[in-house]
Amino acid sequence: MAEEVKVFGAWGSPFSRRVELALQLKGVQYEYIEEDVHKNKSPLLLKYNPVHKKVPVLLHNGKPIAESLVILEYIEETWKGNPILPEDPYDRAMARFWAKFIDEKCLPAIWKAGWSPESEREKPVEEACECLKTLESALGGKRFFGGDKVGMVDIAANFIGYWLRLIQEVTGMELLSAEKFPELFKWTDEFVSCSVVKGSLPPRDKLLAFFKARIAETMD
Amino acid sequence: MGEENKVILHGVWASPFSKRVELALKLKGIPFEYVEEDLQNKSPQLLRCNPVHKKIPVLVHNGKPIAESLVILEYIDETWKNSPRLLPKDPYKRAKVRFWTSFVQQQLFDTMFTVTKTEGEAQRKAVKEVSEKLQVLEEGIKELFPNGNPCIDSQNIGLLDIVILSLLGPHKVQEEVLGIKIIDPEKTPLIFAWLTAINQLTVVKEATPPHDKLVALLKFLRENSLKSSA
Repeated sequence: MAEEVKVFGAWGSPFSRRVELALQLKGVQYEYIEEDVHKNKSPLLLKYNPVHKKVPVLLHNGKPIAESLVILEYIEETWKGNPILPEDPYDRAMARFWAKFIDEKCLPAIWKAGWSPESEREKPVEEACECLKTLESALGGKRFFGGDKVGMVDIAANFIGYWLRLIQEVTGMELLSAEKFPELFKWTDEFVSCSVVKGSLPPRDKLLAFFKARIAETMD
Repeated sequence: MGEENKVILHGVWASPFSKRVELALKLKGIPFEYVEEDLQNKSPQLLRCNPVHKKIPVLVHNGKPIAESLVILEYIDETWKNSPRLLPKDPYKRAKVRFWTSFVQQQLFDTMFTVTKTEGEAQRKAVKEVSEKLQVLEEGIKELFPNGNPCIDSQNIGLLDIVILSLLGPHKVQEEVLGIKIIDPEKTPLIFAWLTAINQLTVVKEATPPHDKLVALLKFLRENSLKSSA
């Protein structure tokens, strides 16, 4: 039976793009299905992710998997080429620790800071900076979190690698800068210039326009 | 104990997260040194081993620290490959276990804390949310127990069993202290049967503090919460 791999995603979602990046890094062919997550989720999406009703969902030979980090682990275990996790159990534990830290601490802090009105921004920005400082320590002078190559932590940090700088452009918020976090800033450049990653990112102008529209909405 | 395989667990007897790791080590028969931490006065070793979160549990294996209970459990399973395997072999089944573990951790834990720490309208709202989420879980685990009868023993117990135990294993304690039914065998018969099965394992019984001690702890935590929010 030919292998059937489908990704239900949303063009602007970093979580959805994580899954695509992992598949592309491993050279796995897949069919992409764009979901209208704001207004009109498809019956198939609701069928394959009845619990959360969200993207991304990976469908492999008819079997659905939801939650981007769960999907990344599945991809790693199913397609063994170009591993995104180290072999050593301790190094794997460290990678999982940082991926979790990104999802549970960094992203909520950055999101809060980014969308807070300017007058209420100080404390959220401070907290988000603490997170970035801690995350930067995980790089430890390496080119990527995964070492010489992009790994699971780099994939999990895709929001910081690409989306964040665009949000900063649109909101005027300064969180990640070369002065404050030189190593992390350098990593964002390495990340987006990596050829496979480049192909997995949403178009800059489209994303900028989306954020600008969102800000305009929240100001009404 | 030889230096080649020295395992230390920094934990707190009252913490469900700490309990998970303790249970996993005991289930796999891994000898370890246990260090009970005082959360008001954390040891320098703990702060050194978990500088990011400064929390328990932390597992230190041959001098190398690992934090975050779910990360620790996967590490234990990958390092000590004897039975019980905490995660199944098949990648799809592993994904299901990780998915539901994430669900319990992220959807149920915080809401249960709210139930135990609030009263009045806030508590009613949280209880309703827990009930709804338990219904989702009840539906979801049918796939894991296709014959409708959770048979958990010390050889097949796994990550999800340990995680659900850590939250809802003491449901009778929670029900006694709160005066609320948390796990109704009529509404969620599968979850009820599942928890009963896990609670009956000898290793689990031995690792669970006495009922009265847990009741006293929960009462204390609840009173403290209610006082500080008054």
